[in-house]
Amino acid sequence: MTTMNRNKLRLLALATTLALGIGAAHATDITGAGSSFVYPVISKWSAAYAEKTGNRVNYQSIGSGGGIAQIKAGTVDFGASDMPLDEATLDKFGLGQFPDVIGGIVPAYNIAGIAPGKLVLDGQVLAKIFLGQITNWSDPAIAALNPDIALPSAKITVVHRSDGSGTSFNVTNYLSKVSADWKSKVGEGTAVKWPVGIGGKGNEGVSAYVKQIPNSIGYVEYAYAVQNKLGYARMKNAAGKVVSPETASFQAAAATADWSHAKNFNLLMTNAPGTDAWPITATSWVIMYKQPKNVANSKVAFDFFRYAYDDGKAAATALDYVPLPASLVTQIEGYWKTEFKQ
Amino acid sequence: MSSIPAIAVISSTDRRSRADARHDAWFRRLLKVCALLVLAALLGAALSTLWGGREVLFGQGLHFLTSADWNPVTDTYGALAPIFGTLVTSLIALVLAVPLSFGIALFLTEIAPTWLRGPVATAIELLASIPSIIYGMWGLFVFVPFMARVEPGLSATLGRIPLLGKLFEGPPIGLGLLTAGIVLAVMILPFISSVMREVFQTVPNRLKESSYALGSTTWEVVWDIVLPYTRSAVIGGIFLGLGRALGETMAVTFVLGNAYNITSSLLMPGTSISSSIANEFNEAVGTHRSALIALGFLLFVVTFVVLLISRLMLRRLAKREGA
Amino acid sequence: MAVDVYVRRRAINVAAMLLSGLAAAVGLVFLIWILWITVKNGLSALDLKLFTRITAYADEGGLANAIVGSLVMDMLALAICAPIGVLAGTFLAEYANRTKLGAVIRFLNDILLSAPSIVLGLFVYVIVVLPMSNLTHGAVSFSGLAGAIALALIGLPVIVRTTDEMLQLVPGTLREAALSLGIPQWKLTTQVLMRAAISGIVTGVLLALARLAGETAPLLFTAFGNNFMVANPLDKMASIPVAIYQYTNDPNPALHAIAWAGALLITLFVLLLSLCARWYLHRHRVTHD
Repeated sequence: MTTMNRNKLRLLALATTLALGIGAAHATDITGAGSSFVYPVISKWSAAYAEKTGNRVNYQSIGSGGGIAQIKAGTVDFGASDMPLDEATLDKFGLGQFPDVIGGIVPAYNIAGIAPGKLVLDGQVLAKIFLGQITNWSDPAIAALNPDIALPSAKITVVHRSDGSGTSFNVTNYLSKVSADWKSKVGEGTAVKWPVGIGGKGNEGVSAYVKQIPNSIGYVEYAYAVQNKLGYARMKNAAGKVVSPETASFQAAAATADWSHAKNFNLLMTNAPGTDAWPITATSWVIMYKQPKNVANSKVAFDFFRYAYDDGKAAATALDYVPLPASLVTQIEGYWKTEFKQ
Repeated sequence: MSSIPAIAVISSTDRRSRADARHDAWFRRLLKVCALLVLAALLGAALSTLWGGREVLFGQGLHFLTSADWNPVTDTYGALAPIFGTLVTSLIALVLAVPLSFGIALFLTEIAPTWLRGPVATAIELLASIPSIIYGMWGLFVFVPFMARVEPGLSATLGRIPLLGKLFEGPPIGLGLLTAGIVLAVMILPFISSVMREVFQTVPNRLKESSYALGSTTWEVVWDIVLPYTRSAVIGGIFLGLGRALGETMAVTFVLGNAYNITSSLLMPGTSISSSIANEFNEAVGTHRSALIALGFLLFVVTFVVLLISRLMLRRLAKREGA
Repeated sequence: MAVDVYVRRRAINVAAMLLSGLAAAVGLVFLIWILWITVKNGLSALDLKLFTRITAYADEGGLANAIVGSLVMDMLALAICAPIGVLAGTFLAEYANRTKLGAVIRFLNDILLSAPSIVLGLFVYVIVVLPMSNLTHGAVSFSGLAGAIALALIGLPVIVRTTDEMLQLVPGTLREAALSLGIPQWKLTTQVLMRAAISGIVTGVLLALARLAGETAPLLFTAFGNNFMVANPLDKMASIPVAIYQYTNDPNPALHAIAWAGALLITLFVLLLSLCARWYLHRHRVTHD
């Protein structure tokens, strides 16, 4: 056989692969991307949903910034972000957004001898640590909050996100609310100019670095801290009470939210006022086109989230997320009807 | 055959040779198109990154290169920190890899017993075949903890030296410019050493033997005869390694720390052009995306120049050899 | 005095020899260190579940879809770059050996050989992913095909270069003999020269496969990733290197174990390929000397 013939054969093989591939396409495969905050629970939902319906939801945890960018570029069927988009942006791109789940973000640490939930921090101290103003664990400001703990005299290594992140957005939003210094020097956003520290990719990357590097502190979604047995801090909230990160305190924060008046569900729960509220409670949003290029895929996406709101509750609770309250789900379904072409 | 009239034979060979000529022309054209594709791929990569980065490259111009302010909140992007990180890690890699490569090449051409040369050379070159993601994994899981144990020692000893000590201050977390530089050094070692080994072998035996006959030691032969003879190609090999180090992504992104820092200490975390792109490209829109693609263009141009120098230097020796 | 100089020269020589031996040892230590860690961690995680389960964010993840994705993309990439590379290399060796165009392409090919792979990924994102997404209204955007094209750009220069070099090794007498029989150039090239150089060309293809199979960076913005099993190259696709990247980035040790197993698979594959190619090439060179 000559090389030419072989080349023709190769081309033919290529063509058949393509043709077969198209023919063998599954029931419906849709792709979502974005927030690593919700990745653990979406991953569970997706597996269960595929088993039940045959439709497959491929979710890639690339960070909220990535979710927003990819849905704008139209390369995915839905984006997921823990930062809501403002009305102007939504209108400009013809996008709509709705919450999928609520969860808590915790400061995660790795200090030898200090068990998870032992360390207490407040917003001011956290801001100073992330600003690089408090550099040692034995700093008096930390000691004042933790009179019963023997803090080591060790340099603090700050771990933040290297990618655009809704988790970062909620943390920086919270720090901006409680520290004027933070607000003026750094501000809030999915990606900010971090004064100190090292960057990990995704909640996964931050957890990995905190786990590996002694005397480090980072911030992650609660499920990541629990699953990876990281130390996590209790926080002094807006009411001045020290609260633990747990479903109850996340729910307490969520209870202060008045969704019915939040246009496009644009509402943040950081520094919530309730006495038992966890101060860095965050919502994750799904972002989709109102006039989708691919209506069939869009339909599957709605079906997937409807499934998540009902059948997915247990999975969410098991991972210490807070499922959306029934009233909010009703409101979301109304929003789907009025805003989205289905 | 004999029954066919002579005229028919002529016209049929004539037709055949015309057909052959036509086929030849088409064949030639096909080959040429394929070869031009190589050219198109390279030009395309350069032009598409130039186009994608135009907003930042032409909008900000030099300011993009000189500003260290990479701040997505204010949507301002200065490339100094990633450029700094790329250059520093590549320099560390060269400082470590060049003498090591020279040693390896010397060992393989002059010192090792003949039976050992082949296997050792192959083994060193295998380092080049290991995928860079494996270097990244090994770097993160094995080498970073190793460095975290070594670094306090470095800070306590080298860190005490005035001036030079500044390079070794900082928290011993194992991640950072130095670690990334060392991983890069291991990666480029096989490239530099194999070029050196190959060019050392091209030195005419009579030159070396004349020197030996005058009573030179092996080291003197290598230092005074072999190295000067192959100088340009050795430099070419070094630049080849540098080109590799500059563009490497997966091996450094895990161990560099991903922080937009410009620090005097090599133990501090930093970022590099390629790891910034890998980390942020999927999420970047607007100016941010343009800045990342502009970084890609920059990387492309720098590696192009470095590799250009490498080729020219290597060719110089080849020419002399041919002459 | 003379003795002093002599002793010093001897001492320098011995030191240099020792240091050079040490340098070789350092190189070998790193090779063995990396390989040993990969084999040790990889073997202990290597089991059947790896091949039957798909990637997931959970302890019970596998690599099945990543293996299929890698196979599909690597084969597609070869199908793209092997014919183009062989033909382009033939052009350089047989038609443009001493021309300016040949020199330029040869040089650019060498640059492409060392070009930063992440930039090639950006390039394919701009010329394949975005246009496809616009053309198909988002139905096809990131895809295994785009990943394969990016990988093909990595493999192409390897094949061009080896084909070029191997054809140049074919003795000129073979060409002259064939031409004197009146064989047209294209037949001479495809049926005589390529056949003579076939083992070298195969080596090039193997080396290209070894090179592109381990690449991660060009796939990040082209194939994207998929947590399900797909064989359709127009879908977003998982691959072993990207799965290793994602698993390595995770704090979960169970996922690290899977990443090591993947690392072992890919490293063995790549090293075996390069050893085979080397052996093949060696044999070939010997026959021509």
